[in-house]
Amino acid sequence: MTPQRVSPSLKVIAFVAAIFVALPLLSIFVRVPWSDLGDMLSQASTRDALLISLQTSIIAAVISCFFGVPLAWLLARSESRGLSALRVVCITPMVLPPVVGGIALLTAFGRQGIVGQYLYNWFNISLPFTRTAVVMAQVFVAMPFLVLAVEAAFRQSDRGLEDAARTMGASPSRVFFTIAIPAARPAIIAGLALAWARSLGEFGASITFAGSFPGRTQTLPMAVYELVSVDYRLSLVLSLVLIFISVAVLAAMRDRWMAGR
Amino acid sequence: MSISLNGSVGRGDFERSFNFTIADGEVLAITGPNGSGKSTVIHTIAGLVPLRSGHVESDGAMWDAPDSKQWVAPENRTCAVVFQDLRLFPHMNVMSNVAYGLRARGVNKDEAIERSQKMLTRVGLTSFDKRLPSDLSGGERQRVALARALVLEPRVLLLDEPLSAVDSASRAALRELLPEVLGSFAGATILVTHDLGDVEAMATANLSLN
Repeated sequence: MTPQRVSPSLKVIAFVAAIFVALPLLSIFVRVPWSDLGDMLSQASTRDALLISLQTSIIAAVISCFFGVPLAWLLARSESRGLSALRVVCITPMVLPPVVGGIALLTAFGRQGIVGQYLYNWFNISLPFTRTAVVMAQVFVAMPFLVLAVEAAFRQSDRGLEDAARTMGASPSRVFFTIAIPAARPAIIAGLALAWARSLGEFGASITFAGSFPGRTQTLPMAVYELVSVDYRLSLVLSLVLIFISVAVLAAMRDRWMAGR
Repeated sequence: MSISLNGSVGRGDFERSFNFTIADGEVLAITGPNGSGKSTVIHTIAGLVPLRSGHVESDGAMWDAPDSKQWVAPENRTCAVVFQDLRLFPHMNVMSNVAYGLRARGVNKDEAIERSQKMLTRVGLTSFDKRLPSDLSGGERQRVALARALVLEPRVLLLDEPLSAVDSASRAALRELLPEVLGSFAGATILVTHDLGDVEAMATANLSLN
């Protein structure tokens, strides 16, 4: 017999923790109106919210990657002063209540905002309550997840290879694209998946900055929130869709996040 | 045509003065125990570690002179390095590793492949193009590292313990290959080693840091 490594009392506490997380998720499976699932999913409003969610979250993940990877590289490799302050600013949205993020976006890019007023007065561009605003809110909250994941990978990657490339004639940008990015590829893919999942679930910042207009800015989480009091059964179905997508992301990333099992 | 270092090199608390000039065709061996600054010399000439004081000069061009704030970035120095830990790019096959520097220096793809192919043949690695570094033996990896440096036709070749990472059988074969390769190399060479056998086999001058 192998010796007991976890005492029975700790097992009980661990079991309570696991049940606390699993029970609400399982409850949705129990209560979802399975017989009407097809009809409910094919409703126009459901389809619209799902399509807007998929469209905006994919665009937000790609934008997060395009801007976030160079930012992660700067944070990992630059020796300039003030970088630790920049890092704190860049990852703040991870711990900020999303609704505060929405207010911040309104303050910057709203029609009266410090940037938004010029966009509106000079170019007649109004960002709030548009689908672009949904994407902006998602990038705001999701990009830090990608930046942190990729920065950690850049920090761990072998600087010796980058030095070798420099001595062979490679410019810093060539080193970035041909040596650093391939070395960090698993982290970039994981960061992309994280950013996408976070964008898909985004609610607080989006509803504040973009509003919840069906067919225009209403994403799946907004639809779930609004349906709770109107059509509870439909909100369960949409919740199920979100759970399904989240679990699919987890499954796709299991090698990375569940290493050692 | 020559490379010269007159000044002090070092990282952190370590500092050591050097004063040498190597002409084309010469091989200067730098020998000494671990921690004596052998590798730091190579990294300094390559531009990976800044010089503390003095200057590094090649063919009349100042590569590094902290007092007059002159500095040439590593990618613009006409030298090539064989690192002690080789530093082959693990995600690239042998051909891509060897052709990398040529491509970085603006040589077109076809010519880069042709020149890399010739160099690989010269170091005894035909039909290894598609293999990854992880599929090679220590001796084969060492040959790739050598080909990767020589294909750039550098003015200065910097060899950091080029025989330290190989088993004794490969070592004997490389001991035959290296002097032959260096004999036909037109530029100046610095060979860092702790093995006096390497010095005898290859060097035209020896700088001992004991």
